[in-house]
Amino acid sequence: MLKFTCPYCQVEADETELTPGGEAHLKRMGPGSSDQEFYNYLFERKNPRGIHFERWLHSYGCGKWFHVVRCTKTMEVFGTYSAQETNPPKKILDIVKQRISFGKKIK
Amino acid sequence: MKKYSAFSLVKESFNNHLGWEKAWKKSHLKKNYKIIIVGAGGHGLATAYYLGKNFGIKDLAVIEKGWLGGGNTGRNTTIIRSNYLQEESAAIYEKSRLLYETLSQELNYNVMFSPRGVMMLCQTEHELRAMKRTCHANRIYGVDTVMISPARMKEMIPIINIKGPRYPILGGLWQPRGGTARHDAVAWGYARAISSWGVDIIENCEVVGIKKNKNKISSVQTTKGDISCEKMCFVVAGNSSVLAELCGFRLPVESVALQALVSEPIKPVMNCVVMANTVHGYMSQSDKGEMVIGGGADGYNNYSQRGSFQHIEETVRALIETFPFISRLRQLRQWGGIVDMTGDRSPIISKTPVDNIYLNCGWGTGGFKAIPGSGWATAELIAKGEPGKLAAPFSLERFKEGRMIDESVAAAVAH
Repeated sequence: MLKFTCPYCQVEADETELTPGGEAHLKRMGPGSSDQEFYNYLFERKNPRGIHFERWLHSYGCGKWFHVVRCTKTMEVFGTYSAQETNPPKKILDIVKQRISFGKKIK
Repeated sequence: MKKYSAFSLVKESFNNHLGWEKAWKKSHLKKNYKIIIVGAGGHGLATAYYLGKNFGIKDLAVIEKGWLGGGNTGRNTTIIRSNYLQEESAAIYEKSRLLYETLSQELNYNVMFSPRGVMMLCQTEHELRAMKRTCHANRIYGVDTVMISPARMKEMIPIINIKGPRYPILGGLWQPRGGTARHDAVAWGYARAISSWGVDIIENCEVVGIKKNKNKISSVQTTKGDISCEKMCFVVAGNSSVLAELCGFRLPVESVALQALVSEPIKPVMNCVVMANTVHGYMSQSDKGEMVIGGGADGYNNYSQRGSFQHIEETVRALIETFPFISRLRQLRQWGGIVDMTGDRSPIISKTPVDNIYLNCGWGTGGFKAIPGSGWATAELIAKGEPGKLAAPFSLERFKEGRMIDESVAAAVAH
């Protein structure tokens, strides 16, 4: 079972307490955008086998959305950060980098 | 290829059964093929089979990252049905069901297709209305379904509890010609047939790169060396996005885990497939006596071929009111597969932004039932370069054009 620490209430929440919200940091497209941009925003997803930036809702807790960085292959959780961040914080990216090089070493 | 028959069985019995040959040959990768199919699951093998059978194209290789039929083909609940609401879906799934009926004879391989019937329960007033609508739609498209009463359902499956209290059974959609088949045998049967034509099936061969020349694929780089080809088709279910990334485009799919389980074997209690869409669970009894139970998919991206524990519990819990006897059964095995979900829960059989790469993906939670039909339609697409009648509605363009084939609420459980 996945466990994340909610960046707002600092509770270590089980997957059952949370609702997944899909890929994070999508740029919203609307009136004025091209058809291709709108299609990309609505449907196209990175869906990587590896590091995934995603949104989760602490639905049975504080009720707030937040961001998670997770590996979709190993299920390792690298960290969480608030929904107000438009880009992943450097601190978390550093952890991801470290873990990737660690993964290469043990191979 | 030695033909399987009662006669060959008798003949072999005099020889201590030592004369049987391997069902398919181990082949070595050649440098060049006309068509490369990536993914030796049911859909990939069926595509290769119908390319050979319907179009005479046998200069093929089917390459596979793991082992043959080791992905979702070996991880499903083997249900075959075609009672879909939308015309396009009904057409391709019904074609598939029809092909299943004679598949054992055609492949000379027993796929154990058992048209035992599929019963969909209606447990709310809304569901009853929706199922009636599906039933009428099915009649228009020529899919044989009928609405049946709770009393009739109780007569057919005496062990069912129709009284509720929370979700009483108000009626059912019955497809008498639906059923189950032996999932592995479907992959093995197709593999045996194409191998006898000289089609190369290469296992443990992962695609690691694609070489393109002016928006055309020139060669495929694999862990067993480079292969050049005229056309490539990838049929890799949960890993479609990974392959698409290598080819230089993205897909409107997300990969999630879907789980199923079987109980310990018990005496026969249920002779058809039962699907409870409101509570998200479906169940059938295998020929060995195990209750095969499937449920909902997880909601988050996952490539690990394992799902969440609570989903197993939720699925079983959902069925206990209708089937109280399962509360006393022990779980024997549980497994998970990675399914590729599209927004409208319909598959994609399509050309791609790269000229000579074709795509078959997005079957989501219901790919097994579609294997023959999907192979048939994809083979036509690859051979002619243009989709035929069956595949045309399922193009990648439909998302951009707003031409969705919405089965997300209508078709099955647990999307």
